[in-house]
Amino acid sequence: MSLSEEEVRKIAHLGGLAIRDENIPRYAQSLSSILDLVNQMEAVDTADIQPMAHPLDAIQRLRPDEVKEIDQRAKFQPLAPQVENDLYLVPKVLE
Amino acid sequence: MHKASVAELSAALKARKFSSEELVRAHLARIHAQDSELNSFITVTETEALAAASHADRLIAAGEAGPLTGIPLAHKDIFCTRGVRTSCGSKMLDNFVPPYNATVVEKIADAGMVVLGKTNMDEFAMGSSNENSYYGPVRNPWDTERVPGGSSGGSAAAVAARMTPLATCTDTGGSIRQPAALCGITGLKPTYGRVSRYGMVAFASSLDQGGVMGHSAEDTAYLLGAMAGFDPKDSTSVDRPVDDYVGGLNQSIEGLTIGLPRQHFGEGLDPEVGAVVEAAIRQYEKLGAKVKEIDLPNSPLSVPAYYVVAPAECSSNLSRFDGVRYGYRAKHPKDLSDLYTRSRGEAFGEEVQRRIMVGTYALSTGYYDAYYLKAQKIRRLISDDFRQAFAEVDVIMGPTSPTTAFTLGERIADPITMYLSDIYTIGVNLAGLTGMSIPAGFAKGLPVGLQIIGNYFEEARILSVAHRYQQVTDWHTQAPPDAGS
Repeated sequence: MSLSEEEVRKIAHLGGLAIRDENIPRYAQSLSSILDLVNQMEAVDTADIQPMAHPLDAIQRLRPDEVKEIDQRAKFQPLAPQVENDLYLVPKVLE
Repeated sequence: MHKASVAELSAALKARKFSSEELVRAHLARIHAQDSELNSFITVTETEALAAASHADRLIAAGEAGPLTGIPLAHKDIFCTRGVRTSCGSKMLDNFVPPYNATVVEKIADAGMVVLGKTNMDEFAMGSSNENSYYGPVRNPWDTERVPGGSSGGSAAAVAARMTPLATCTDTGGSIRQPAALCGITGLKPTYGRVSRYGMVAFASSLDQGGVMGHSAEDTAYLLGAMAGFDPKDSTSVDRPVDDYVGGLNQSIEGLTIGLPRQHFGEGLDPEVGAVVEAAIRQYEKLGAKVKEIDLPNSPLSVPAYYVVAPAECSSNLSRFDGVRYGYRAKHPKDLSDLYTRSRGEAFGEEVQRRIMVGTYALSTGYYDAYYLKAQKIRRLISDDFRQAFAEVDVIMGPTSPTTAFTLGERIADPITMYLSDIYTIGVNLAGLTGMSIPAGFAKGLPVGLQIIGNYFEEARILSVAHRYQQVTDWHTQAPPDAGS
């Protein structure tokens, strides 16, 4: 299996990654070899097998619907690259 | 002090032969002397450690000490530590100082242990050599031209070089057992759900599990007892009582049936590694265990299935790093999309980007059934293989890794060769079982690990099986020459 450079660009876009043009051939090659490895899965017929999502087949634990989270903005905001008036700043989205 | 067991250290602290502060200073001195060469710590928390040690000394003086009070340890830099940078080995989190503690960190603090610092690791725990760290590679204390294994390479090297008696670590596909094997120490990955994942930076949530490294099964039993248990903050934490791991160490192994999977002794295994492992198994036979060959027929598919499941979950988990609320932000973004993609493109290393892309591809429209669903079905087959095996045997043994420690740079350019370092460990994660690696000897002067796989929640059993071996052998007491000397 061989991914084209165009496909790598598309996957990088979907994955939210800005990748330098000069690195694309290397990614195309390594991603293709990983997909070759992964495609070994085709050797087994799994038509009647139930997929396994959790090692212990546990079901989601539920808890009472009570408010437990407290407002911790003062602790979290100092971690942000840019804040103003308690808001997280990003580049302008609407002109 | 640095060669004593945890039980000996604990007894000496209680008998006031030395103080926790003296013990901690001795280990800090070993870090200062060796770690400029080994690079096993990202952050050394000297001030905090000395403060915690004097607090522990006060508890000991007041007769309020537990078995781990005043004992030093290191945390893998994947566990969030309040007020102490938690980088996860990534440029993305180089400036991240968590406002809260992981449950594991909290429990260990409650036990009175003293944190020496945060250990180096492959970025976001993705790697088998510790060469994928933003903070540079860790070197193997047995041969500094070689890798310590990964992703918990810093924890393994720090324990091996006797810079700390114990360390926390995590294992998604072998990241505790493989570095433990390559560094000649004892490491245990618990059953999925046994140790809380709360505050442990997520890589592949259905596989990630925190665990322990130390110089012996006995030492790690102490630490596991302090870490394990139900945590309502982790939705996959399992609500069942924690066994007495230290109390259970002396269970007899007379009549124990050991399964040897044919698939773990075939092609690809270095013959010298195989010979060391076979000698260890003969030792178990002498101790009264029975050996039975077993089949794990789908185990060759564990690496392919893992490299769908783990990247898929990673691509989803790592989508939270967007340069907005915390972590790295690219300079001068021209719009919001540029902010996201350049922050991620500039701050994630190559292997992390590669896995995000594999996962994104596997989950994308039209490919989900062929990749993710198929991998989850194979996961069921692999898990069923283990289930059948455990109907006939008590534990499964084999080599932890097909080779001893490889040289720095040897496999970094070829992801597939690197991925195959974990061929014997990955199945355990896919099935969610517990497994450990213990030192079983040397091949050309480099440590070889014996893997012991246990059924669900049988940590106490594999610890006792490992302990029995360590009572009649001394591989686990052998330490490398001090680095930097």
